[in-house]
Amino acid sequence: MKAVVWEGINRVKVERVPDPEILQPTDAIVRVTATAICGSDLHLLDGYVPSMAHGDILGHEFMGEVVEVGSAVRKIKKGDRVIVPFPISCGKCWYCQRGQTSLCDNSNPNAKLAEALWGYSPAGIYGYSHITGGYAGGQAQFARTVFADDNLYKVPDGLTDDQVLFLTDVLPTGYMAAENCNIEQGDVVAVFGCGPVGQFAIRSAFLLGAGRVIAIDRFPERLDLARGAGAETINYEEEEVFERLKAMTGGRGPDSVMDAVGLEAHGTGVGGMADAVKQTTRVLETERPHALRSAIMACRKGGTVSVPGVYGGLGDKIPLGAFMNKGLTLKTGQTHVHRYLDVLTRHIERGEIDPTVIITHRLSLDEAPHAYKIFKHKHEHCIKCVLDPWADPKDHDPVKAGDIRANSAD
Amino acid sequence: MPDQPLSPQNASPVERAVMGGLGAGMIAVSLRRPGPAGLMFAATGALLLAGASMGRSVGARMVGIRRTPDDGIAVEKAVTIGLPPEDLYAFWRNFGNLPRFMNHLESVKVQSDGTRSHWVAKAPAGTHVQWDAEITEDQPGRRIAWRSVEGTPVPNEGHVDFRAAPTGRGTEVHVSLKYRPPGGSMGAAVARMLGEEPGVQIAEDLRRLKRLLEVGEEPTTEGQSSGRRNALKKAEAKMFDNGRTA
Repeated sequence: MKAVVWEGINRVKVERVPDPEILQPTDAIVRVTATAICGSDLHLLDGYVPSMAHGDILGHEFMGEVVEVGSAVRKIKKGDRVIVPFPISCGKCWYCQRGQTSLCDNSNPNAKLAEALWGYSPAGIYGYSHITGGYAGGQAQFARTVFADDNLYKVPDGLTDDQVLFLTDVLPTGYMAAENCNIEQGDVVAVFGCGPVGQFAIRSAFLLGAGRVIAIDRFPERLDLARGAGAETINYEEEEVFERLKAMTGGRGPDSVMDAVGLEAHGTGVGGMADAVKQTTRVLETERPHALRSAIMACRKGGTVSVPGVYGGLGDKIPLGAFMNKGLTLKTGQTHVHRYLDVLTRHIERGEIDPTVIITHRLSLDEAPHAYKIFKHKHEHCIKCVLDPWADPKDHDPVKAGDIRANSAD
Repeated sequence: MPDQPLSPQNASPVERAVMGGLGAGMIAVSLRRPGPAGLMFAATGALLLAGASMGRSVGARMVGIRRTPDDGIAVEKAVTIGLPPEDLYAFWRNFGNLPRFMNHLESVKVQSDGTRSHWVAKAPAGTHVQWDAEITEDQPGRRIAWRSVEGTPVPNEGHVDFRAAPTGRGTEVHVSLKYRPPGGSMGAAVARMLGEEPGVQIAEDLRRLKRLLEVGEEPTTEGQSSGRRNALKKAEAKMFDNGRTA
C-alpha cells in the first residue's frame, strides 16, 4: 500500500510499505477513504515532538471502511463505515470509564518513555511519535486500528466523509477547548489562532453560549472564515493584541482565552526571537509559548485559559505571576474525542455546525509532501488539506475556502 | 514513608574502596598535570573521593538504586488496578500466574506443602537463576510475604500488599522487595542500566499485570507496517519502542 512516511526533520515521502495485518484479536483493519493533515503533524514534521523515527507512518485524522476484524471484535463488522478517534481508548481503565479517553492507562505500549518525559503516560495516539506509542498512522491506504470495539465510531447514514472526518480530532478538539472555558451565557471569549481547531473553537464557543468571540490570527483567509462564524477579529500583525482586546472588552479583558496555537507560535519582539533561537537547538527550549503567554496576560481576572494547542516539552518565561495574582484557571489536554462524538454528530446532522467549511484543499495521497508544504507555510491560502488515498493526483484541484458545494463532491 | 528502612548510603563497602582509590589516584595525577586537563582530573577525583567517603555512589544515585541498612537493594513499586483486592490477591496467590506478567520469570512451582515454592528466572546475558522461597505471611485479600531459603544465589525477601484504592478506583498493589545481587549496588546499577534489575522489571511487571487484568492483553506495535527497510532504521525505532521488551 501507499503511505506517508516521516523521513527526518522537514522531510515526508509517499512510499510503498507492507499492508497492515491484524496483530491482536481486538484489532481491525480500515481501508482509508479520507485522511487529513493536522496542525500537530507539523510539530512532528519539524521534529519538535521528540521520538520520531525514520520510516514512521504519519496521520491521526482518518476514516474509512472496515475490511477485516480480529477474532475478539464483536460490535464492529466488516463493511462498517467508521471514523477513527486519534487517542486510543482501552475502554476499561478508570480514565476511559470516566470519558477521559486521551488519558487512557493501557493503550500506550511505550508508557515508560512517556513517563520519563511527562511523569505519567497518556493514551497511545496513531501516527504521533513513539512517546505516544509509535502506532502507524492513517495517512495511508490501509490502517491497523486497535481496541476496535472501544474506539471505532460508526458513521450514521446520510453523512459524507467530509462532514465526519474531522470528528477524529480537530472538531472535538475545538469543542473541548470551548467547553474547558466554562462559558457562561453572554461571555466574551478570545481565541488565539484561527486554524482548523481555532475555527471549531469559535463555532463551539457560540454553541455553548458565548455572547462574543474575538479571533486572533494574521492570515486574512482565516480571519475571513472566523468572521463568517460571527467572530470579531484582530490581525496581530496590524494591531497590538492586548491593547485591542482591552479596548474591545471595556477594559475588563475576555472572560476566557484559548491558545489554539501551541508550541510553534510566531512570537514577536525579543522574546519571540529568543524562543525561536532556543527552539532550533531542540534542547534549551522545545516550545515557542508565545500564544500561551499572551493568553495568560490577556485573560480577565478570575477567568479561564484553555489550551487545545499542543505542547511537547519545556517552555520558558510563562507569566506565572500574572497567572497566580489574577486567579486564573488553566485547563488543558489532548482531546477526549470519544465523549464528544454523539453530541457533535447530532450538531452536524442538524446543520448547527458545518465541518466542511475549513477544507481548502483536496489532494491525492501522492501529493502529501506538497500538501504538508502548503499547509505549513499557508501557501495558496491553505487552511485544511484532505487527502484521498485512492485518487489519481490529476483528479484534484484546490477548492475555495467555505465553498461547500465544491467540497461535498462525493 | 517507605515500606522498609533505607540507608542514607547507597554505595557498598567495596564500591567505596574502589571509587575512593580511583579518586585519590586522579588527584595524584592532576598534581603532575598543569592546565585544564589537570583541573578536570582534580575535580573528578575530588568528586569520587567525596562520594566514597560519604558512602554515596554516583552511579547508583543516577540510576536510582536504594540500599537498606543491612546491605541489600530496596525496591518499592506500586500500581492501581481496577479490580477488588480479593480478586488481585487470589490471582497473585496462585503463583503459577506470576510468569504471565513477570517477563523475566520462567516458572514458579509450588511444592506439596503449599508454603514452599521453586522459582526459575532469566538473568542477564542469557543465564538463569533458581531459588526456593517460602511464604512467611499470608493474609487473604490483603498481603503475601515471602523469603528465599538458605543457599540462594540472589537472596531476596519481600511482600505484596493489596489495599482498596479510594473512590472506587480498585486496588493499590504495593510491592516491596529486598535483594542482594552479586556485585552489590554496583552490580545492581549495571543490571539496571541493562534493564535487568528487579526495580526496573517490577515496575514493568506491574504495568503488565494491570493491562492483563483490565484489558486482557498488552498493546503492541510489534509487526506493524512502516517505511523502515534497513536494520539501522529499525534499530532506531526499537530504541524508542523498548517498553515491552526488558
